[in-house]
Amino acid sequence: MKLILIFISASLINNFVLTYFLGICPFLGVSNKTEDALNMGLATTFVMTLTAAVTWPIYTYILVKFNVPFLSYVAFIIAIAALVQFVEMYIRKSSPTIYRAMGIYLPLITTNCAVLGLALFMVLREYNYIESIIFGFATGVGFTLAMLMMSGIREELEFADVPEVFQGVSITLIIAGMMALAFMGFAGLIRG
Amino acid sequence: MANNTLWHEFKKGLWQDIPPFRLVLGTCPTLAVTNSVINGIAMGMATLFVLLCANITVSAIRKIVPGQVRIAAYVVLIALYVTVADMFLAAMFPPISKALGPYVPLIVVNCIILARAEGFAQKNPIMPSVMDALGIGIGFTLSLAVMGLIREIFGFGSILDIKILGDWFEPWIVMILPAGAFFVFGFLVALVNYLSIKQKGKKTETVCH
Repeated sequence: MKLILIFISASLINNFVLTYFLGICPFLGVSNKTEDALNMGLATTFVMTLTAAVTWPIYTYILVKFNVPFLSYVAFIIAIAALVQFVEMYIRKSSPTIYRAMGIYLPLITTNCAVLGLALFMVLREYNYIESIIFGFATGVGFTLAMLMMSGIREELEFADVPEVFQGVSITLIIAGMMALAFMGFAGLIRG
Repeated sequence: MANNTLWHEFKKGLWQDIPPFRLVLGTCPTLAVTNSVINGIAMGMATLFVLLCANITVSAIRKIVPGQVRIAAYVVLIALYVTVADMFLAAMFPPISKALGPYVPLIVVNCIILARAEGFAQKNPIMPSVMDALGIGIGFTLSLAVMGLIREIFGFGSILDIKILGDWFEPWIVMILPAGAFFVFGFLVALVNYLSIKQKGKKTETVCH
């Protein structure tokens, strides 16, 4: 039951993009086309799940055990960078099709704050191993959802007559604000 | 002459390249911690510190680090400085550190810092890099303070926790919610665009991924 709660909470109620503002850069940058947004979302979900699976043991069995949790930021960022590199190498060798779809997004994911944020929140909330993996996956699903919705709206927006000063980043941010308002509707989902 | 160039490096961060609005870099903290002025300023100062240290170090070691591993080296350096900033905040200003929460460690992946290291400090000597870091850092702090100011006035009716609007004022709750951050940021970007168009007849804007 707790796992389902974590899943719903991380993907809908506390959506990383719309309530914690993590992963805004790709959210603004790669949300022009639905297809790109979907591929980016899938690649990020994959990396996020793996990140949770890798950083949790590092934190619990190395950093806490040797009493150096203050090194966690350095350790996490190195772990994430190495992980992304390995995933890229593996995908390039094993499946050129997936590599063509996801490859160009992988280096960007290293500097996606949502991935590091995920590792930090996971430690802050003291999840156990299974919960962390579910949390990582759910966060990725929430990110993909937000990306997809945003790209859908932006594709429609191409035909809209937006005033010149609002074009580009500005209108995208205002739309994101409206989406954040809409997502607040999910807040009653668990407590109610 | 040399002083002029240094002054130019400093000045460009304040308006021409002001980070969140012109370069659209470092958007996550801009949106996340600006529900009050003091949080915005604290976040800006922490970023300024990390940016300054990172620019100095990167500039100093720019001829030693091999090209292939430079990004990894920079990221580790930045992570170290962020750890320092985080521990300093936690020791000296516990309430602020608590309010900023995980957003202080997230300075590690703030694109502004890596972008300045990669785009400026690794090509320039130490002095211009220091000026660049100060300019961009202060520009960033000011942007966060302005965002915080607008959201605090409308969201709580106060500035720096001092009530300025009377009891007649009904706080706009939306301003302190996530949605308000997006709206304020969106309108400020539009305002900067408007001013640029008026000034030069064109708008300048690049998005970091």
